[in-house]
Amino acid sequence: MNEPTPLQIRADQIYRSMGLTEAEYERICQILGRLPNYTELGMYAVLWSEHCAYKHTRPFFKLFPTSGERILQGPGENAGVVDIGDGWAVVFKVESHNHPSAIEPYQGAATGVGGILRDIFTMGARPIASLNSLRFGELSDERVKYLFQGVVAGIAGYGNAVGVPTVGGEVYFDDGYAGNPLVNVMAVGLVRHEMITKAVASGVGNPVMVVGAYTGRDGIHGATFASEELTDASEEKRPAVQVGDPFTEKLLIEACLELIESGVVVGIQDMGAAGLTSSACEMASRAGSGIELDISLVPRREPGMSAYEVMLSESQERMLVVPKKDAVDTVKAIFAKYGLPAVVVGKVTDDGMIRVFDGPDLVAEVPAKSLSTDGAPTYLREAKPPAYLEQTRSFDSSSIRVQSDYTVDLLNLLDSPTIASKRWVYRQYDHMVQLNTVVVPGAADAAVLRVKGTSKGIAVTIDGNGRHVYLDPYQGALGVVAEAARNLVCTGAQPIGLTDGLNFGNPEKPEVYWQLQQAIRGLADAARELDIPVAGGNASLYNESSGRPIYPTPIVGMVGLLEEIDNRMTSDFKAEGDVIALLGWLGTELGGSEFVKLKTGQALGYPPRIDLAKEKALQQACLAAIANGLIRSAHDISEGGLAVCIAESCIQANLGAAVTLPWEGRPDELLFGESAARIVVSLPPANWEELWKVASESKVPLTKLGVVTDGEVTFTAFDGRPLVVTHVDKLAKAWEDSLPKRLR
Amino acid sequence: MRVAVVVFPGSNCDRDCHHVLSEVFGLDSELVWHTETDLSRFDAIILPGGFSYGDYLRSGAIARFSPVMESVTKAAERGLPVLGICNGFQILLEAGLLPGAMLVNESLQFRCHPQEITVEVDRTPFTFGIKPGTVLQLPVAHGEGNYFIDEAGLAKLEANRQIVFRYAGDNPNGSVADIAGICNEAGNVVGMMPHPERAAEALLGSTDGQQIFRALINYWEGRK
Amino acid sequence: MYKAAIKVILKPGVLDPQGKAVASGLASLGFSQVKSVRVGKYIEVLLDASSQQEAAAQVEEMAKRLLANPVIEHYELTVELVEGEELV
Repeated sequence: MNEPTPLQIRADQIYRSMGLTEAEYERICQILGRLPNYTELGMYAVLWSEHCAYKHTRPFFKLFPTSGERILQGPGENAGVVDIGDGWAVVFKVESHNHPSAIEPYQGAATGVGGILRDIFTMGARPIASLNSLRFGELSDERVKYLFQGVVAGIAGYGNAVGVPTVGGEVYFDDGYAGNPLVNVMAVGLVRHEMITKAVASGVGNPVMVVGAYTGRDGIHGATFASEELTDASEEKRPAVQVGDPFTEKLLIEACLELIESGVVVGIQDMGAAGLTSSACEMASRAGSGIELDISLVPRREPGMSAYEVMLSESQERMLVVPKKDAVDTVKAIFAKYGLPAVVVGKVTDDGMIRVFDGPDLVAEVPAKSLSTDGAPTYLREAKPPAYLEQTRSFDSSSIRVQSDYTVDLLNLLDSPTIASKRWVYRQYDHMVQLNTVVVPGAADAAVLRVKGTSKGIAVTIDGNGRHVYLDPYQGALGVVAEAARNLVCTGAQPIGLTDGLNFGNPEKPEVYWQLQQAIRGLADAARELDIPVAGGNASLYNESSGRPIYPTPIVGMVGLLEEIDNRMTSDFKAEGDVIALLGWLGTELGGSEFVKLKTGQALGYPPRIDLAKEKALQQACLAAIANGLIRSAHDISEGGLAVCIAESCIQANLGAAVTLPWEGRPDELLFGESAARIVVSLPPANWEELWKVASESKVPLTKLGVVTDGEVTFTAFDGRPLVVTHVDKLAKAWEDSLPKRLR
Repeated sequence: MRVAVVVFPGSNCDRDCHHVLSEVFGLDSELVWHTETDLSRFDAIILPGGFSYGDYLRSGAIARFSPVMESVTKAAERGLPVLGICNGFQILLEAGLLPGAMLVNESLQFRCHPQEITVEVDRTPFTFGIKPGTVLQLPVAHGEGNYFIDEAGLAKLEANRQIVFRYAGDNPNGSVADIAGICNEAGNVVGMMPHPERAAEALLGSTDGQQIFRALINYWEGRK
Repeated sequence: MYKAAIKVILKPGVLDPQGKAVASGLASLGFSQVKSVRVGKYIEVLLDASSQQEAAAQVEEMAKRLLANPVIEHYELTVELVEGEELV
């Protein structure tokens, strides 16, 4: 291939086609004190892409509370690390694979799983679980069905083979994501404190090794691609799709963990976006060192690759390792056992430069720091509230006609794919391998894993609500953090850390930038108030199709700790005759609800207002009730409101409920409003007094709603009028058949 | 009792089997890498589940040529109890230690859920002392568990009482005659799709899988 | 160097769930002429051999031992002489 010369690059503005602005190009020239060559330009283009450099989100990161007693590693490494006691720590991180999944759903999702797992085991942790948060258009669209089925199959195909259980997640269907699905994957690992390993290239003269899969031409400029809007031309423009190889990943996991255990590793980093370029410069810049590489030594899958291609390849299942000087043979022996190449390609230097040779020829020479996240430019943009808010906020939910019966509405809500059972999805995921999954998908608001050899449990969840954020980014984002925490609390776990995934449109649009700004503020405020430190994060911007941005969708992955796993709680009712009660405040907010969408087909209104003080008190009360063994089920109220919450607890148990709403008001608001800070619990009648005491101590209202029955499900108004009369079998059918019948 | 749990590249239930054998039953269990050629020190062999060699050509097709398989074959011929679980079952089929073959699930999808199975015969070391007709709840987790054998082969399996487990209720994969597990003619080599090791601790929801390992222990103690 | 092309397909009578799924997909696209579909594998092997005959014999052996499972699958193979190209 004939690469353009530095002069041609300037003359023809070739940097533009790589996604760099004129000003960014000038800045590169200034840093280097000369014109960059083609390879160097490519390295900057990828590392200064939004995907790698967080150019628009980084200025906000200082808002996040990132420290806490349990935080062993906050943002800045491959993943966050929180202490869970007894010498154990949990490592976790969320990452998006939106653009690749939009183009090739199976491989896009599969490589997303592979990438996030590498972020975990590069820290020395064994991956013990993965979760995912997915957004698609409506299932009536054939293309959406194809994307949905492909993404689920890809997650299953990779996760099942690699032997990491997929234990939880969420799927939303809304037109807001029709052309641009979201695929966020979270991985969780477990590590002994002494095994925690960093991605640093320190120790001048230490060897630098490439280990794992061979390098091919796949995914060159993938990170740049992920930082642009999807257009009709995207299909043409896309780099060669990366193909995941879970078999190699499995071997890589075992080899890396064995290597780290051997004690010879100085630093290790996976090669994700921007491959060798990003791993080398991140490792060097963290350590304040430099790295010298000879790319002719990198094991190749294809002949004739240029320096540019080797430096930017995004071939999967590869790592960069800096071992101690005398340990090269140890590394080689361990990798040979697993049939994987491990090759010395360079060494650590002390001058802060990334120097790339192709045999004897110097082909690139740039300061590591300037390439790294900290060296990339950041942008503050104009922010402006979007015009649509005027319309959505003028919505008055009392314009919806009041009905005498809401049975059909409840069935329709249970049948809506966003609320319906996700069994069709999770039965394709091996959620049991590794023998830790104590609370399985579909059984509670979060999954619970045991920690073998201890009495502890870890609860994990991933949550988002794009519609609420769309209607009010600040309140919506508060709600996302509150809901994730509530989900953990409903299993009996104390939230101990979170990681975020920011999925937004094009930040250069003032309206999108405003959404981003407001939402990040919301996440940060909620994390601070609820005392849950932010251990890491990921951003995916430019999620648009045909010029239309997605719903702004911040996702929160959260980890909680149960000191005693025997105290875990699930969401299904347990026994006929148990009292059903609401822990929390009366809530009637219909804005942004599934019910409004059902009735109007739109996202309208104000989303629920979040009161973090109430939220905190509620969560404390729920944890105390669980710890004292007072309740038999706990289920948080979210999409579909109180009625859907109770229906789900019935369906999971194959029991019924006789509920009388103890409040006056519009039945639709009481049944289907999505106000926060509410948890439905069930308990033996004998425990009522005790629970009352616990609730009062936290100053949280406790309201009796009804009783668990053997199958009849009724909701009755304050004045005795029946609002819903049905049977659990009917509810179950609507809820369980929803996805299968749409995908048949 | 010393039990070998063979680890092929890509196995992923190896540590699970090892955990149950050693932590739940206190047996002397050892993880054996696939390059090992001498298994003579063991009293029983387990080929665990997973995706050996990525299951890239056919499940188990490449693993059957691993160096360790020669000694597995020898041990099987000697009458040693050999259990293949999930991918281990697929490897035993590919290796010709059990008859038949696996096809992709009828649904074309991976399936992971608790599944009821019926124990058909008690003549194997892994069902020793379990009353035929006993229903166990064990998880399944596979994409290629659709057991196939031609009619003559099936007739032979039935005649020789080689069908060890059948799915009760819904068949998760479309297997012939609802077969969930079979044995060789001698009865010492058993392959099964469900995972007994995933149902061996109350914390994980079912202890029915303990019966399979308990049967092996009872069988072995009776032979001592 | 020789290039062998091996087609592996399920024997008649063996249920082919993928073939069934493809057939119903084609039917839903309006290809009403479709009577049946079988899905198989196509494998390419580059190998050195002293003659076409020797290459064919080797590949035959490969197919029997690994590439196809005789319990459920048939195979067909062709071998041709090629210039030194490389599989990636």
